[in-house]
Parts: sequence; C-alpha cells; structure tokens
Amino acid sequence: MNIQTVLNAIEEKYPQAAALTGGENEISVARDRFIDVMHMLHDDPALAFDMLIDIAAMDRIPRVPRFDIVYILLSTKDFSRLLVRLSAGEDEEVPSVSGIWGSGNWAEREVYDLMGIKFSNHPDLRRILTWKNFEGHPLRKDFPLKGKNFDQQFDPSEIQDY
Amino acid sequence: MAEGKTITLNMGPHHPATHGVLRVEVELDGEIIVKATPHIGYLHRGIEKLAENRNYLQVIPLTDRLDYAAASANNMGYCTAVEKLMGIEVPKRAQYLRVIMAELARIMGHHLWIGTHALDIGAMTVIFYAFRDREMIMDINEEIAGYRLTPTFFRIGGVAADATPAFIQKVRDFVKWFPKALEGYHTLLTENKIWTTRTMGIGKISAEDAVNAGLTGPSLRGSGVAYDIRKAFPYSSYEDFDFKIPVGENGDVYDRYLVRMEEFVQSVNIIDQAIENLPEGPIAVDNPWITNPDLTSVQKDITDLARRFVLNTRGPVAPEKEIYHAVEGAKGELGFYLAGDGTEHPFRMKVRSPCFYLASALPRLLVGHMVADAIAIIGSIDVVLGEIDR
Repeated sequence: MNIQTVLNAIEEKYPQAAALTGGENEISVARDRFIDVMHMLHDDPALAFDMLIDIAAMDRIPRVPRFDIVYILLSTKDFSRLLVRLSAGEDEEVPSVSGIWGSGNWAEREVYDLMGIKFSNHPDLRRILTWKNFEGHPLRKDFPLKGKNFDQQFDPSEIQDY
Repeated sequence: MAEGKTITLNMGPHHPATHGVLRVEVELDGEIIVKATPHIGYLHRGIEKLAENRNYLQVIPLTDRLDYAAASANNMGYCTAVEKLMGIEVPKRAQYLRVIMAELARIMGHHLWIGTHALDIGAMTVIFYAFRDREMIMDINEEIAGYRLTPTFFRIGGVAADATPAFIQKVRDFVKWFPKALEGYHTLLTENKIWTTRTMGIGKISAEDAVNAGLTGPSLRGSGVAYDIRKAFPYSSYEDFDFKIPVGENGDVYDRYLVRMEEFVQSVNIIDQAIENLPEGPIAVDNPWITNPDLTSVQKDITDLARRFVLNTRGPVAPEKEIYHAVEGAKGELGFYLAGDGTEHPFRMKVRSPCFYLASALPRLLVGHMVADAIAIIGSIDVVLGEIDR
C-alpha cells in the first residue's frame, strides 16, 4: 500500500492529524489524535494494519520533547509496512495500544522498563527484563553503561521478583 | 479437586523443558492450566545498550549471541540493516555466500528445535540424529569462518572470507546427505501414534489471533498466514531462488511441526541452488571507508596498513538517518531499527526479536491445556531465550 494512500485516508477522517516525515514508509501523528488514528489504521478494512511488529523508542535528550516512539506496523493482506512516529515528553503518558494489538502489551512493557515511558490504560505495566526494585531505566542516555552503584557490593538477595 | 481452588506451579527458570531460562508461572485447577504468566529477563545482557557504545563492526559478534542456535541468520539481519542505513550494495557472490550461511543456520536452529521438542515429549532418539547432522553444519562453519557455533562470518559490505574448495565440497555433501536424514526424522515422528496424539489439536491458535499476538515465522505460518520476509520483502538476492512457503491449516503443535519439517527441505533447496550458481567476483564491496584492504596488501603497503588499523579501531560511519529492516530469522521476523547519528556507533539499535512476541503469546496458547501439554506448546513455538532477553 502506498504511503500517500494511507495519509490521504487519515487526512479525510482526521484532518491535520498525520504528516509525512521523509523516512521510508513513515508518518508522524499528532499527540491528541494518536489513539484515534491507531484505531483507524487497525480497523479500517482498506488499511487493515493488523500486526504491530514492534515499538522502538529513542531517548533524544536534551531535546524537548525527550522521546521518540516509532510503532512498526504491518498489513498481512498485502504485506505493506507503516512506521508511525510519535514524540513524548519526559513526564507525559502515552496512550496504550495494547487494546488494539495484543503484541502491544509486552512491547510497551519493554519500552517502559528500558526507557521509562509510561503508558496510560495499559492492563499490566510492570518491568519485564529487569527486576521489580531495579532503579532507573537502562536505555536512557543518562544511564551509565556499567550501571549505577557499580563500586558497591551486589547482593542478589535484594532482588525482588514478580 | 475442590471447586474453585487452584494451585500455583512455577515452571523454570531452571527447567530442562523451558529451553533456557524461561519461567512460566501457571495456575492449575487439577491438571488444567487456568492462567499462565511468563517471566523473562534472566538472560538480559543489555545488547542494545552495548551496541550504542561500540562501533558498527564490533556489534556483529553481539548479534551472534541473540539467537545462538542460528547465529548467521542474526548476522544477516544486522549487516543488511547497516548496509541499508549506509546505502551499500553488496556484491552478488557475497550475497550468495550469505544466503548459504543463513540457510545453514536456519537448519541448525531447526535441528535444535526438533531434537529438544521431541525429547520434551518423550521421543529420545530424534535428538541423536538431529545433533549428528547439526555437527556437519558446524564443520562447514568451521571450514569457512573458523568458529563452529557463532561464526561471525558476515562483515559490513560483504563476508569475511571467500569460499574454499573444501567448503563447497562440504556443503555439497550436506545437501546430498540431508534429504535422507530428514526421511529418518519423518519415520521417527510424523506418523508415530504417540507423537500425533500428543501434538494434534494442542496449542491451537487461529490466524487472526496469531497475527494479533505478533507471531511471525513458522509459528505464524502454522496457522495458515503465508508471511515470509524472504518472499514479501526480498533481501540478499532471495528473489533469485526458487522456493515455497510451507503453511499449515489448524495452527496446532502438529502443524507447526510440519511447517518446520518442510522448511528443512526448502532451505536445503535454496542452499543447493546457491552453491551451484555461486557467481564469480569480489566478496566485499569496494569502498575504502567500509571494507578492509586484503592482508597481502597490508603487508606491502603502509597506507593500507594504516587504513586497516583506522577502520578497525574507529569503524565505518553511518549517516544521520533512521531505518527499519527485517529478515526472516530462524524463528520469525528478526528486525533491526537502527538510528545513525553521523558517528561510528549506532545512536539506537532496537532488535525486533521474534521470540519475544512468541513468548508473549504463551498465556493465550497455554490456557485450557494440561501441564504436560504446556511442554509440547513451549517446544512448538521454538523460543530461544538469548533472543527474548537480549
């Protein structure tokens, strides 16, 4: 499916909500219309992006808003890809897409765990790769590579698991 | 069992049938699973964070350790993604060598799957045959790359070494031998009454649910969705080869088994076509900013020596650009979201791991089945924890 077709379809229903970014098969979506557009991309039979492949988040500190989130979608009807870009500030909550695509559940948990972006209306927003009382979010650019408290003795018994 | 009373059972992380360190917390009503919660992260090594602090060449060995059962397939994903980011066109001979290595890796991954999957269900013999044949591929890896399990044979812009006559002979021997070996696996399992009873109708997932849950690869194709990236978005000359995408109908454990068994045949078929039609020419792109000068010229020419040193300590530079590129790994869609920032290391590398989403679908697959079937289901989606936890 052509990226321009997708954009025109969104423009018809939600004017000014989406725009081309210049990236391959990529559009950016405005914050206030984000969840409506995502619902439309999934439900509209002409678009039918029925699979959420992945969510990639980037920490662009010191830029404001701080984070870029890229949703990678796929339509299994004609195998076309779509990348949806959204910006989010440090204390902003992003609406969860786990109600639309089941794969969004773990994808968002991972973004929350490693990047520290919170998702509203998520059914089960827990850490996934690190443990319950882990401090900080490792993939943020201000998190040191060797970890925090590197010179302190590590005590495995302090780890709380879910 | 008293009405409404359930017990919680912890499977893993040190359980031989969870294929690594997967922990599944299952809630049981008698022997029926009413709720399943997978816990992951026991093998988290921070590969994405490490990648941000290394140059593009130094990330290649890290990708080997994602899905360590099929290491070359991950190299394929990473290297083609970096080449897309940098806008490099790889020579045909290198592309064909890559295809051979990636398909051999896929077969290696499927060998591990069939051996352990059958072992979990109780058929012990299969693993001995599978590992005997897996050893042949390890020898091929050793011949061309020097390493057996994690060859790190790919480079950005090409491959590390040219095919030797011994390599070509070993691949030909394998292609000739393997169909016979596969017949052996079929004899042991496909019409085996115990095997079919344990697998048919177990762990069913409809095409719609599988797509919604983000399943890819053989596990999705078992439900009847013919999504194979080698056909949908061809890369590395896959459009040159003639092969089929096997699909199942019912989406149960048995269909996923049949799909993978047919993938063995298709992979061997691709390797056969690639080794017989291997084009002549260079094995790496001719670009002084990306590929190494060869070792003979390094010994004679001081500028080549300096260039080799600089290239390997600093690494090639990527433009300020973001791309997503995916390949068909052994387990499904292996994608790399790469953000370059004009320096030698990725600003961000996000690995789209197929196994991560396969494991996330476990609650849907397990509920309603017995504990013994959980083992069959975990085996059938073929997860490798190195790739889930990264």
